[in-house]
Formats: sequence, C-alpha cells, structure tokens
Amino acid sequence: MHFKATSSMKLNDAVLQAAMKKTKGKFVDGRAAAVAEIDVWQEIRTHAAALRDRVINNLDAYLIEFEQKATLRGAVVHWAETAEEANAIIVGIAQRNAVKIVTKSKSMVSEEISLNDALEAVGVEVVETDLGEYILQLAKEPPSHIVAPAVHKSKEQVADLFEAAHHRPRTLDIPSMTREAREVLRSKFLGADMGISGANFVIAETGTTLTVTNEGNADLVTTVPRIHCVVTGIEKVIPTLEDFATLIRLLPRSATGQNAANYLTLTTGVKQPGDLDGPDQMHIVLIDAGRTKLVGSDMKEMLRCIRCGACMNHCPVYQNVGGHAYGWVYPGPMGSVLTPTYVGIENAGDLPNAATFCGECQVVCPVKIPLPDLMRKWRERQFDQALRPFSERFSISVWNAFATRPALYAASTKIAARVASWWGGKKKRITWLPGLDGWTDGRDMPAPAGKTFRELYARRLSQPTRSDRS
Amino acid sequence: MSARDNILARIRKNSGREGLTTGLELSQVRTHIARQERGPQPSIARDNPVARFIQESDRLKSTVAEVNSLADVPQAAAAYLKQNSLESPVVGWPSLAELDWIASGVTYENRLACGEDMVGITDCFCGIGETGTLLLLSSPTTPKLHALLPETHLCVLSKARIVHTMEDAFQLVRIERGELPRATFFVSGPSRTADIEQTIVIGAHGPYRVHIILTP
Repeated sequence: MHFKATSSMKLNDAVLQAAMKKTKGKFVDGRAAAVAEIDVWQEIRTHAAALRDRVINNLDAYLIEFEQKATLRGAVVHWAETAEEANAIIVGIAQRNAVKIVTKSKSMVSEEISLNDALEAVGVEVVETDLGEYILQLAKEPPSHIVAPAVHKSKEQVADLFEAAHHRPRTLDIPSMTREAREVLRSKFLGADMGISGANFVIAETGTTLTVTNEGNADLVTTVPRIHCVVTGIEKVIPTLEDFATLIRLLPRSATGQNAANYLTLTTGVKQPGDLDGPDQMHIVLIDAGRTKLVGSDMKEMLRCIRCGACMNHCPVYQNVGGHAYGWVYPGPMGSVLTPTYVGIENAGDLPNAATFCGECQVVCPVKIPLPDLMRKWRERQFDQALRPFSERFSISVWNAFATRPALYAASTKIAARVASWWGGKKKRITWLPGLDGWTDGRDMPAPAGKTFRELYARRLSQPTRSDRS
Repeated sequence: MSARDNILARIRKNSGREGLTTGLELSQVRTHIARQERGPQPSIARDNPVARFIQESDRLKSTVAEVNSLADVPQAAAAYLKQNSLESPVVGWPSLAELDWIASGVTYENRLACGEDMVGITDCFCGIGETGTLLLLSSPTTPKLHALLPETHLCVLSKARIVHTMEDAFQLVRIERGELPRATFFVSGPSRTADIEQTIVIGAHGPYRVHIILTP
C-alpha cells in the first residue's frame, strides 16, 4: 500500500495515536535536556560529520584495514553484494555448524535483508531478544522505529501477545511484563548455538565490532553461544577508538536522551586461550545492498547516518503517522532518503514528499546530514523522470514559468491576491477552489488580505516613519 | 570476481578512482589511525573524576559505597546484601577470592556465573568519571558473565583507577594491555528497557542492581 493510503489509516488508529503522543515528550524533551549538558555539542557534531566523511571518501581502504585487523584476531570477514547473498552466507554458517537455535539482538540490517525468514526457512529457530523486537516477533509485525521498534504498541496489546505465547496469568503491570519476558528468554540465551548481532560501528584500528544497548541482550548474544555472527552495512566503519568515544557522546543523547547507554560491548575476535566465555567462531558479514550507490553521489552524506532516530522523533509527519506508514524498514526523514536508494524511487513514490520541510531533522541530526536537501533531490528526480502525477508536474511547470519571471510574478500575484480575497467572501475563508478539491476537501484556507507582500513591503519602505505601526 | 572485489571496485569507481586500492592510500589510512586524534572534549569531562563518577552513578541508578581498604570489601558486600534482603552465595572472580569472606558471613564461590546465580561480584579495569561507567576487560580470570547474568552485580573499583573520559580509558588499555581483549565491556548502571509504552523499567536481561564498592 502507498504512503498516502496507509498514513490516513494510521491517523484514524486510536491506539497508535495515543502511543505516538507519548513518544514526543520523552524523545524530544529528553534529547534537549541531555544535549544541553554538553557545552561543545556543535563542535562535536562538526567533528563527527568530518570523521564520517573521511571514511566515506576512503571507504575501500578503511574496509580493507578493518578486514585485516579483524582477521588477525580470528574473525572471518564475509562480503555480500545483495540481501540474498548475505542470507545465503549466514544460512550456510548455521547449516555447517548444525545450529538449531539463534538468539538475535536488534539489527536493522537484518530487517532490511529479512534474515529471520531465511533462517526459519531451513528450520532454524530464531529468537529476537530485544524486548521491543521480541514483542513484534510474537505479533508478526515489522518494527515501526529504528530505536524503539514497538513504540506503536499499547501495553494491552503486549499483554494479549504474552498471554497467548507464555500461557501465564495476564498482567498489565509493565515491570512484571518485563520480568516475564526476561524469564522466558533466559533459557533461549543460554541454549542458543549462534548469536546474531548488528553493529553500531566497526573499528578499523582494532578490527572490533560493537553494540550499544540498554537491556544487556546484545551482550549475552555475543558472549554465550559458540558462534557469533555480525551483520552490518559497509558504511559502519570508523577509524579509531577515539572516534567511537566522540560518536558515543552523540548517539544515546540523540536517540533516547540518555547521557550513556547502559551497555557498550566491543567484541574483538574469538575466545582467547583460557577464556571461560566467548564464541569459538566469529563471522562478520559486510553488506552492500545499495550502499555503494550512495558513494560519490550527490547524496553521499546519507552514509554518515548513525541510526539514532532523532530525525523521526522530531518529524511532524512521523509523529502523526508512525513508522509503518512508510512501508519499509527505515521510516522518517532518513527512511525517506534511504528507501528510494535501496528499493528504487519508482517503488517509494510518496516518501520524499512525506515531509513538511520544517528542517528540524537536519537541526537535530548528530552528524549534520542535510536531510531536507536530500529529500528535495529525490523530488527533483521524480519530477525529471515524470514519476509524479501529470496534474502535479503541470502545476509545478506553471509555477516555474511565473516564479522565474519577476515582473510577470508581481503582476499575476497582484491579481490573484485580489481575486482570492473576493472569493473568500465575508467569512474570509476559502473552502473550495475549482479543480483543487483534493486540497480543499480536507481543509479551509484563510483568504488573503487583498494585497501582496511586495505591495505592503513597498508601502512600508515609502513611509518609514509609520513602519513601526504597520 | 568475488563479492568483495565487486564491492571494493564499485566504491572506487563511484569515488572516481582508478584501479585497486593503492599501498599509498592504505598507508595514509594507517597514518591517520595512528594519530588517535581526540574529538572536542566537553567541560564536564574536566570535573573531578571521582566526584563526577559518584554523581553520575546515582543518575544511572547505580549505588555506591566507599570503604577504607580492599580488606573491607567483604563486610561492605555483606552489609549491602543484608540491606537489600539478598542472600549468599555470591559468585565472583578469582581476583577477589582471597579476601576474608568467611568473617563477613558471605559465601564466596570462585567459579563461572550461570543463569541461576543471584549475585555476581567482580572488580574492573577502570571507571570513567564523565558518565559513571565501569570498564571490564575479558580474560581467563575475568569473564564477563558475572556482570550480566545475576540479578545483582557488585563491582569493586579503586578511586585511583577512575579516569576522566572514555578516551582516557582507551589510552590506559593501550598502555597496560597493548590491545583490546575479546570483550571490552562498558557498564553504565543496571540494565533497563522502555520498550513497553516508553515506561522505563530497571532490570531487563542484565542486572536489576549495580552496587559499586569504592576502595582508595
């Protein structure tokens, strides 16, 4: 279904609307408070954007360096051009090692490639261990937010799912529900043969992959099973441990308003001689699946993204329709840029238009991605490729003809302002415009005052003494 | 051509570079990495690290107790267990096994933690003042599971080992250990989740309680 249709459905979903109202305060206010404690926030953002750019501009060399360092520590680095290749590699590892149970910590890349389906198709039991992802696995739904995947669910809905899956007395007490999930998942953590995690970053200096979590699930997933498999995108590489320290000042504050995430686990290679815990095998699958298309392109800034979710938390469109309306793995402004890249602009029609261009996403982005500019570039491409409806393209062409001719523009707006003022009548509201029912059916517009801004401005300039009154 | 070659070739082509990655490009990357350049440091990172560590621990919902010497740790652990109605045994690392646990009345088990253990005790490599964070490094005698599986994690930390920032902690690892161990584990308070209705719950898959015993 397309964005337009799903979003109007989501706007009428009372449970979702109640859930979305809650997120706004927590994410937006929480971030603002956490950011205010850092006096050099802007300097850190600038430094972080530059360090991400340094990698993106030399991505091949950084990946080779990472691969060498990881291999030296006993990890096996795999490369996958597509989702299918990545799944085949991971299914192969599972089958060669007779893996029966996989525990997973949250990984958006694994959602991107539908890894769970591929593993389940060959009879492997896959258990999501992040509480939000676990809830969605029971509900058989995709995540609606990249940091808080089950943000759209009410506790009543979660209680229904738990009751059906756990066969325990139903409770609506959130701490009790959380403990129930802990108890149910504990045996899975301890019984799994393979743990699959994503990687928030991989570090070239040391060949390290790392996870950032609050629940402690990724830390168990990467420690208990005999095999650890990391799935991540090729753009996640950063140069040094110092760079990680810089980025981790930005990530939790931007994501959830936390000064520090509870657990940062840096995994470097396999179990060392004498170690009592840790995996015997470590596999790192580096996935392209569309990312190289961004390298060197006019949208390459998107590769800086550290997946904090601040852009969606602050987006007035996301705040109202939630993540599922966007139709694919990545919602909000970052999704509106990434989805057309990964699945093709012809399959992501409305997304670059699902924005008011208020600019807040760029303001809060910890790595300064110019998200509105990038969405505008997709709009331009849609226009050039004639992917938008004829009426829209025609209107934009007409607008273009007037807007690029100042004299014509001034004359025609002068007339239009007067006609629109008259059209608004006594109530000074425009409730219907011929040929634009689609716009006026859902909203009224205040009628213009009858004079254009330019006219008023010219008058103000000619009467400087009265300027303070006008 | 392998997937690796194809991906690297596409990156080079789209970056406007000919041929394979050159030795010069790789050595430039290594030179940059070797500089270990630090980013801008916030002024909170210059605070007294011990005072800040204690303050941040409180915000993270970790608890802190100070003792006069390492020998006082068993008594402090016993007092904490009693206060929170928790029971022995505590399962811990070999490094703390030599302390006088018998006198404190606490049963200390020097072995790997398992899923049923209720209290784990460890020491740690260092603390980070800026964020109230504990850094644990894995080794044959310092497995990570003690800090993860039990519902309560007691951690012994010397005040002399609290550094200002994560950058300082990494530098200490480089100086004292040379390289990162298999698991480099930063712990900032007890585990938590807000995945149901954005309600913060302390105690998810890791500990419900983190209690730090500060030695001189």
